[in-house]
Amino acid sequence: MLDTLVHNGVVRRVAQSVFTLFGVAVVVFVVLRAIPGDQITANLGTEAAALTPDQRAALESYYGLDQPLLTQFFGWLGNILTGNLGFSARAQTSVADLTLQALPVTFELAVLSILLALVIGIPLGMLSASRPNSARDATGQVVGLAGLSVPAFLLATTLTSVLASRFGFNPNGEPFARFFDDPLLNLQQMLLPSLVLGFGVAAPILRTTRTAVLEVASDDFVRTARAKGVPARRLQIRHVLRNALVPIATMTGLQFGYLLGGAVVVEQIFSIPGIGRQVLLGIQQNEYALVQSTVLVIALAFVLVNLLTDLLYRIIDPRVRAA
Amino acid sequence: MTTTDQIADVAPTRVSARGLLRALTRSRVTLAGLVITGVLTIVAVLALLGALPHDPLVQDPPNRLLAPSAEYWFGTDQFGRDVFSRVAAGVGNSARIAAVAVAIAAVIGTAAGLVAGFYRGFSDTAIGGVTNILFAFPPLLLALALASVFQRTWFTVAVAIAIVYTPIFVRVTRGPVLSLREIDYVRAAVSTGQSRPAVMLKHVLPNITSIIIVQVTLSLSWAVLTEASLSFLGLGTPPPAPSLGSMIFEARTLVTVAPWTMLAPGLVVVALIAGLNLLGDGLRDRYDRRGRGAR
Repeated sequence: MLDTLVHNGVVRRVAQSVFTLFGVAVVVFVVLRAIPGDQITANLGTEAAALTPDQRAALESYYGLDQPLLTQFFGWLGNILTGNLGFSARAQTSVADLTLQALPVTFELAVLSILLALVIGIPLGMLSASRPNSARDATGQVVGLAGLSVPAFLLATTLTSVLASRFGFNPNGEPFARFFDDPLLNLQQMLLPSLVLGFGVAAPILRTTRTAVLEVASDDFVRTARAKGVPARRLQIRHVLRNALVPIATMTGLQFGYLLGGAVVVEQIFSIPGIGRQVLLGIQQNEYALVQSTVLVIALAFVLVNLLTDLLYRIIDPRVRAA
Repeated sequence: MTTTDQIADVAPTRVSARGLLRALTRSRVTLAGLVITGVLTIVAVLALLGALPHDPLVQDPPNRLLAPSAEYWFGTDQFGRDVFSRVAAGVGNSARIAAVAVAIAAVIGTAAGLVAGFYRGFSDTAIGGVTNILFAFPPLLLALALASVFQRTWFTVAVAIAIVYTPIFVRVTRGPVLSLREIDYVRAAVSTGQSRPAVMLKHVLPNITSIIIVQVTLSLSWAVLTEASLSFLGLGTPPPAPSLGSMIFEARTLVTVAPWTMLAPGLVVVALIAGLNLLGDGLRDRYDRRGRGAR
C-alpha cells in the first residue's frame, strides 16, 4: 500500500504541500510584521502616542512583542495548530469563531458559483465546438471573452444598481439570512453573487470544454462510433463529452483560487458575511490577528483543494500516475 | 483568473521582429486586440504627459453631473470633474501600473525560471519552493494583503501585483528550459567551453521568447484587472489620482441619475482588458504547442 503510494508520487506530493504550508505561515507572519505600527497602535490608535515608556513596555510584554521574532513565530504557529487563531477586538470574539461562522457561507457561495459556471460553460463550450469557426462558435467565444474581461466588481455593481432601481429587487439590502434559518431568502441573496462569480468561472470552463471536445471529436474511436451508426446526440454526450470531462474537471478544481479571490470583492459588494469579507474588514480595521489567521485559513483551503484535485486526477486518469 | 489558466501553453520558439509583426497582423483576433490596445496606449501616454481637455482633479460644483456634450465628452461627475479626462488619466494610471508590474515579474520570473531549469539542483529546489508558496495564495488575495502592507503609491501597488505574477513566469519558463538544456546545440555550446551563463543567455533565452511574449500580454490584462479590483476596494491607487476601479466605486450610487459616470470607466476598463486578452489569445494560438489551427 505504502509502496504504491510512494510509487505514484502521492507521499511526495503530500510532503510538498506540508512544506508549502509552512512557507505560507512564514510569509503571512513576516508580511504582517512589516506593517508600520504594531498591535498596540492598532488597538489604541493615536492614544498609543500618549503611553509612557513603562506602559508601553508592559503592553509589549503582554502581547509578546519583546520576545525574539523566532519565539514569536513559533508561539504563534503553536497557537494556530492548537486552534487558537487569535482574538478580534472589534467583534469581541475569537477569530476561530468568526472563521467558523464565515467559512460555510463562502463554501455555499463557491459551490453555487461553480454549479452556475458549469451550467453556463459546458453547453456553450459544446455549442462552440459543434461547428468551429461558425457564427455559433463566435457567440461562444464572445461570451468567453466577456467572462474574462468584465471585472466581477463591475458586473456586480451594475447588476445590483440596475435591478434595485428598475425592479426593486434588492434581497442583499436585508440582513443576511443563513441557509438553515431562511433558505428562501438565503438563496435569493446568494443568486446575484454566485451569478457574478459563476460568470467569471464559466469563461475558462467554456474554453476548456471547447478545446477538449474538439480534441476528442477528432479521435479514432469517435469516427468508429459514428460509422457504427451511433446517433449524433448520443455520440456527443456519451462518447465525446464523457472523455472531455477530465480536463473540464481539472479546470473546475483549479478555479477555486479565483473564487476565493473573487469572493473578497463580491462578498463586499453584496454584504455577504463570508471569509473574503472577513479579510477585507480586518485589513480596513488594522486587525492583525484577524487578517493573519484568515489569510492562513484561505491559503490552507486553497492548498488542500489543489492537493485533492491532484490526487483525484491520479485516480481518474491512470496515465498521470506514471508522470 | 486561475493560476493554470494564466499559464500560456506555448511552444518554445525564437521570435524575430518580422515574425512577431506577421503574427500580430495576420489574424483578425490579434489585429482587433492590437487596435484596441494601441488606441488606449496612445490615450494613456497622452494622459501621463498631461495632454487632457480638462484637469481630471479640478472640481467645478456648478457643472456637476452634466450629461455628455461637446464640452464634456463623457459628462461630469458629482464634483463637476470632467469624466473623459478622469477616464483617460485612469487608463494612464492602469497602464503605468500594469506595465511596471509585468516588467518586474517578467524579468525576475524569467531569470529565476532560467536558473532553476538550467542549473537544476539546489537552485531549482529553492526557487520551486518559493514559487509553490506564492502559488498557495489566491492571486487577488495576495495582491490585497501585500497592497495593504505597503505605504500606498502607484509604484507599491505595481510591486504588489508584480510579486503575485512573478511565480507564473518562473513556471512557464522553467519547463521549456529543462528540455532545451538537453538539446544538442545547447550541449555542444557547453562542451566547447562557453560559460554556463553565456550559454543560458545566448542559446536558451532567445528560444523561449515566444513564451515570454504571450505570457507578458496575458499578464498585462490580469494586472489591469487586479489594479482595478484593488482600487475598487480602496486598496489600489491612492486618491485623488483617478483610477478606473475607484471611479466605478464612486459611480455605483449615481447610476440612475448619471449613468455616464459608470458607463465611461466601465466600458473603458472592459475594452482595455478585452483588447489585451484578444492580443494574448491570438499570439497564443499562433505559437501554440499543438501548432496552428488546433483550436
